[in-house]
Amino acid sequence: MSDETDVKQLLSVMATAIQSHTSSNNYAAPLMIGIKTGGAWVANRLHQQLEYKDPLGELNIAFYRDDFSTLGMHPAVSPSQLPVDINDRHIILVDDVLYTGRTIRAAMNEIFDYGRPASITLAVLIDRSNTRELPIQPDIIGKTIAVNAEEHVKLLGPEPLTISIDTVRSTGTQKTG
Amino acid sequence: MTGNKIQLDTNGNLKHFLTTEGLSQSLLRSILDHAESFASVGERAVKKVPLLRGKTIANLFFEPSTRTRTTFELAAKRLSADILNLNISTSATSKGETLSDTLHTLEAMHCDMFVVRHANSGAAHYIATQVAPHISVINAGDGRHAHPTQAMLDMFTIRRHKKTFENLRVAIVGDILHSRVARSEIHALSTLGVLETRIIAPQTLIPKDVENLGVQVFHDMDEGLNGVDVVMMLRLQKERMRGALLPSEYEYFQRYGLTSKRLEKAKSDVIVMHPGPINRGVEIASDVADGERSVILQQVSHGIAVRMAVMAMTMGRSPEDSGTLA
Amino acid sequence: MRIVIENGRLLDPAKKLDGKQDLYIVDGKIVSLKMKPDGFESDLQIDAKDKVVLPGLVDLCARLREPGYAHKATFQSECYAANSSGITSICCPPDTKPVIDTTAVVDLIHQRTRDANRANVYPLAALTLGLKGEHLAEMDTLRRAGCIGVSNGLAPIENTEVLRRAFEYAHSCGLTVYFFAEDYSLKNNGVVHEGPVSTRLGLPGIPETAETVALSRALLLVEQTQVKAHFCRLSTARSVSMIAAGQEQGLPVTADVSICNLHLTEMDIADYNSDCHLQPPLRNERDRKGLIEGINKGVIAAVCSDHQPHDADAKAAPFSQTEAGASTIEHLLPLMLHLVNRKEIKLEQAIAALTSQPANILGINKGTLAAGSDADICILDLDSSNNVDQASLHSAGKNTPFKGWELPGQVTHTLYNGNVVFNKN
Repeated sequence: MSDETDVKQLLSVMATAIQSHTSSNNYAAPLMIGIKTGGAWVANRLHQQLEYKDPLGELNIAFYRDDFSTLGMHPAVSPSQLPVDINDRHIILVDDVLYTGRTIRAAMNEIFDYGRPASITLAVLIDRSNTRELPIQPDIIGKTIAVNAEEHVKLLGPEPLTISIDTVRSTGTQKTG
Repeated sequence: MTGNKIQLDTNGNLKHFLTTEGLSQSLLRSILDHAESFASVGERAVKKVPLLRGKTIANLFFEPSTRTRTTFELAAKRLSADILNLNISTSATSKGETLSDTLHTLEAMHCDMFVVRHANSGAAHYIATQVAPHISVINAGDGRHAHPTQAMLDMFTIRRHKKTFENLRVAIVGDILHSRVARSEIHALSTLGVLETRIIAPQTLIPKDVENLGVQVFHDMDEGLNGVDVVMMLRLQKERMRGALLPSEYEYFQRYGLTSKRLEKAKSDVIVMHPGPINRGVEIASDVADGERSVILQQVSHGIAVRMAVMAMTMGRSPEDSGTLA
Repeated sequence: MRIVIENGRLLDPAKKLDGKQDLYIVDGKIVSLKMKPDGFESDLQIDAKDKVVLPGLVDLCARLREPGYAHKATFQSECYAANSSGITSICCPPDTKPVIDTTAVVDLIHQRTRDANRANVYPLAALTLGLKGEHLAEMDTLRRAGCIGVSNGLAPIENTEVLRRAFEYAHSCGLTVYFFAEDYSLKNNGVVHEGPVSTRLGLPGIPETAETVALSRALLLVEQTQVKAHFCRLSTARSVSMIAAGQEQGLPVTADVSICNLHLTEMDIADYNSDCHLQPPLRNERDRKGLIEGINKGVIAAVCSDHQPHDADAKAAPFSQTEAGASTIEHLLPLMLHLVNRKEIKLEQAIAALTSQPANILGINKGTLAAGSDADICILDLDSSNNVDQASLHSAGKNTPFKGWELPGQVTHTLYNGNVVFNKN
């Protein structure tokens, strides 16, 4: 079932909020990194809107997940690409749906294997506010949704970007996000 | 082909990597795809991912080898695994411990994976049938039978240069009879759907009924190289002269050495490969080995990525998947 | 002890006997077939209704592993296993440890045979000392101690001059040479047939010529020396035609084949199945068919078990490091019956190849049912079948390549010298 939410509108809201956040904190030349796959789609749009000069970075967190022992290798997603040196840079980390916080934990671990950033700001399109399992909170939010554990929120794309909310019968397996 | 079910768990995921024979095209492709992801790890400042943190990998080398062992070691370390290097000479085992006893001792030390190199064909298969259910076995070369990680890193190299396997003519030159690399290459190339695989060697170095593996046999190097996209050279070991298989290195180089003149018979964008170590002036001329068509050094670095992929794929299964199809 | 076996179908191809007859035994000898002797009162009656009564089988080659390899098997365990398949006469090759090249070893074998009291065991003496292929063994001394022939076991005799002299000497002692033809240098440390399977598995191969070249050499020497030669364990179709040509030429040659080569081929090695590591190796389907044709045409007179029981460690290693040989003695008869059921061999031919024909080659008065002969008898239920279960083998050697096979024919009783040495119940 697809949500009627206008994603374009959310992206505008986010772009404005990011702009405001970076100037009030005096972050010169922030670096944007999107988490594959959905976060990279969102980051792409934001990167264009904000007209950042440095190229967009994309992160594949497959090798940093905490569920390798139970689930094994996921089908291959294309490798991480961070074209710019991240040392001492202010990073805007972008993801599509924030759920338990584990993806962000993995992403931050991976970023730190590339170097030492000056700061990381978390921007998410959708925040599933009532489902966090780790102490991780977003700085920039497109929309907050409170859904049941059986409901699965997904960003479909890359064109057009739409939000889908499906009820899945619990199989007792992974939660991601 | 019956028993490659031993390589897969009950969900069809890779549990042991013993031979390229009998694996599906999609499985081989996924090894290559995962290797692409791992290749970028070596280019970062921190050349490590935490994927296999806390796992213990034992390198069981019954045959000495520096290059293969070190690439497996590097691959394991880049995955954050702990590695045990055991160089067990065959005479030690024949005097004392049976192979089974060696394995059980290592299992008692809670190893999660064995990387095995052994002088006898079928040794890796045998070990895979003997180990506890949660342990994965990777074949680093068994006798004349298989060297599957070498074949996959060669496929990775070919894919990087040629993009697709479909229209390729590949020639493998040299001592096919004794070569585990050749056998693994032949199976992989066939599964990945190349147009033609050619074997070029004197009759003494060609195994009986090799055509059954789906290759064309050539005794003439010039004829065999005609129109070829990939040339894979095999190493010639000095023992072959002693076994009455060849008269001399000189004559071998005259008939089967890859020189730049011979290379002209192949396509202009041909790539030249060699599993190493190379015998300059025996199977390959120096100018070709160092020339612009040669991708030999790239093969070495690709080896680390491919071995990381295979290790990650075999170790990353849920405990319920520990049974095999065989 | 007086025994009557009644209501059975007596089958003795040598006597062209196939019909319902009763058999009378007194004190270990058959006294009558058909007619009840005057005043005969039986102590034991065996009802053989719906069963076949055969002469006790003669196995031309089986290893009982003593002396020297008792950790693999013993006379006790293997003679019992033999009895369970109706075998009452066994010929054993000289490759014990020590080799059968001294009378002490022959005496030991006789002693073990008496102790087991289950079968006649006929030892073959070594052709050369230690089976090393250099010096002649004391063939005549060994003959007088009780050896019925001489053999090279599975060991090569590389020096052709030595082979010639060994043949000549054996001939002058009136001994048959039991020769296994394999060229050592062509064999070249091979472990499987040189062909598509050896190529695929990367195992060193034994070319067909390893057998045919050695056979050709031996046949020419037989012609030169006129020694009576029995060629052991043919494995190629080509060898069959070479033997046939020799027989047509009038050479005193016979041949046998191992039961494994009649059923299995190199394909059964599959993924390094060490139970199929055999010497001679399993070859291809063309060879298997050629060997069966050899039996049907009478070129190959006998089928033997080539029984080689092994301890578990002998087969628990990568293929090339395992010891060759299969444990087959208790399935010799069922496996032959399996070929009969598949219409590859006729029943009479199959039984002859396990009874009178091997007996003729060995020169022993066995393998047939006749008044006056020893009461060595096998009673067989042709209609029942059995699944080969490795764990419940009677033999101490569990290395059978026929695990899980459904085989026809169950021996219900075996008599040796008039004693019941095996009873299925």
